[in-house]
Amino acid sequence: MKILVIEDEPQMLETLVHSLQQEKYLVETASDYDSALEKVTVYAYDCILLDINLPGGSGLSLLEELKKQQKSDGVIIVSARNSVDDKIQGLELGADDYLPKPFHMAELHARVKSVLRRRKFEGQNLQILQNLQIDLDKHLAWVNGQEMVLNRKEFDILLYLVTNKDRLVSKTALAEHVWGDYIDQADNYEFIYSQIKNLRKKLKDHGAQVEIQAIYGIGYKLVTA
Amino acid sequence: MKLLNHATAYLAGLLLLVISLWAGLFYVNMLDEIYDSIDDGLGNQKILVMQKAAQDSTVLRQREFEAGYFRVREIPFTLAIHRKDQYRDTLMFMQNEQDFEPVRLLTTVFRHKGRYYELSLITSMVEEDDLIEDLLYSLLWLYLGLIASILVLNNLLLKRIWRPFYHILQRLQHFKLDDPQPVPVQPTNIEEFQLLNQTVEKLLQQNVAVYQNQKVFIENAAHELQTPLAISLNKLELLAESQPLHENQLLQIGTVMENLERLTRLNKSLLLLSKIENRQFAQEADVELSTLLQKSLADFEEQLAFKDITVELQLEQEVTLRMNPDLATMLVLNLLKNALVHNVPGGFLRIQLSVSGLVFENSGKTDQPLNQEQVFTRFFKDDSSTASTGLGLPIVKAICDLYGFKVQYDFRQGHTFTVTF
Repeated sequence: MKILVIEDEPQMLETLVHSLQQEKYLVETASDYDSALEKVTVYAYDCILLDINLPGGSGLSLLEELKKQQKSDGVIIVSARNSVDDKIQGLELGADDYLPKPFHMAELHARVKSVLRRRKFEGQNLQILQNLQIDLDKHLAWVNGQEMVLNRKEFDILLYLVTNKDRLVSKTALAEHVWGDYIDQADNYEFIYSQIKNLRKKLKDHGAQVEIQAIYGIGYKLVTA
Repeated sequence: MKLLNHATAYLAGLLLLVISLWAGLFYVNMLDEIYDSIDDGLGNQKILVMQKAAQDSTVLRQREFEAGYFRVREIPFTLAIHRKDQYRDTLMFMQNEQDFEPVRLLTTVFRHKGRYYELSLITSMVEEDDLIEDLLYSLLWLYLGLIASILVLNNLLLKRIWRPFYHILQRLQHFKLDDPQPVPVQPTNIEEFQLLNQTVEKLLQQNVAVYQNQKVFIENAAHELQTPLAISLNKLELLAESQPLHENQLLQIGTVMENLERLTRLNKSLLLLSKIENRQFAQEADVELSTLLQKSLADFEEQLAFKDITVELQLEQEVTLRMNPDLATMLVLNLLKNALVHNVPGGFLRIQLSVSGLVFENSGKTDQPLNQEQVFTRFFKDDSSTASTGLGLPIVKAICDLYGFKVQYDFRQGHTFTVTF
């Protein structure tokens, strides 16, 4: 999987590259409009992370250029502007997603995987991890072919953790993903714990070969047993 | 009341006063002239009668008015002496009118062949009540005619003259800072309107410029703050994933992350507040509040259950508001979050929705009413809630202000926030 990261802030770029490489992606970078344009014209990428504010031009015009060249690269706009206008414009110009900064790495990986799945695997909607099977469309999960009954939130948590398997997912990232951005002012995330507890019990009862670990003070990590 | 009609109202009052005064004067003068004329006529007739009497003695035997306009009576010298011509008004029975009508009477004394005679002459007088009535009617018609003329003049002529003014008014009425559509200036020859046009134009341009600057500033501020926050958070996430770390180190990383997340929330909320106050949420749609409430409650279901809060939702009927959908969501969520965050385990939350407004009532950590004024100010917190940004209720207030809703706090069975549409 080839990913191009277009970002002018060097430290941000470095962090993104580091994190994406951990997922075994092939990562290339561009830090201004011209080099980005050159790269997207010459090469094809499975996914492009695109900052809107770039030296030498706007990320939105780069999107227009991609559209003109009839490129089918998946694009996720990563912007600090979080402006509704930019978002609408970007999606109209063919971007797949819009992720406002700051974001959690877990969220970025989830979005990247979602774009890759849609673009590269023709919307293949079955995720398999050891003896665990998840159907993204039907919102169903099986262990060893036996259905595991989950409520909507438990399903979302499980899917998010599976998408970010072996990665540390912070409580906030999980809460914002599953309960929406507006959860952010809730006084604590203790309520997540009871959901995780239920999920753990169900996984264990069904004999799943995955396990949700609690990372003290930060969040959770799903590992294969 | 329109400016034109306002002026007409004053003019009508003034006209009434002027015309009344004028009518009084006119009446007195006219009556004076009539008397003068009648008295002149009577004086002339007196001379004529006296001349006739000198030639024809039958004149002296006309004792009563009957068929004539005079009567003659002989009077003793003692009565005749020192008598002067005397004019006065009196009433007389008129055959044609079958009524007593006013007449002018001239009484005078003359000497004929050594004898004294009293001569009375009459002539028909103007009927004052009829005169006043006629005058009143004429004046009424004059007055109505004048007012009608002024109204016609206002509506045709003045309206034309004031057209540039109304054009400016219309421009201002339809002017929106977030959507400045250039309305063509109507050219005018009138100096004041030219000045007004220029001033308004300049003012609007300045406002648009300031607004644009502020908008750009807000976006820049967001960018400048969010990027370092993003870098710090993501670096910490990478650090936390690097092995091996002690529990103690993880805990510290977690604390730093929590604080950075809090900073992010603060930044987002402050930006949101500025955006609301700068009216940068222009798109409007019909928002169904009961649907929104039910959806929001579903989002908070686990948190409400975790805190064991009893929720009572009273939806009297469907309420649809015309507003920005994001802001509507923000309004409901912030009220809901407030009621949740400041609630106690095992507490209650009552939500009532009616056509007139939305009421959130919840139990809280304290049974003391909060300060009504301070509750909506930024960063106001009761000391126990460190995780809240202190910006939730100011956001609620800003959204309410934007749409002309009224929001207030009072303490009933619990802390109560009422939004009146």
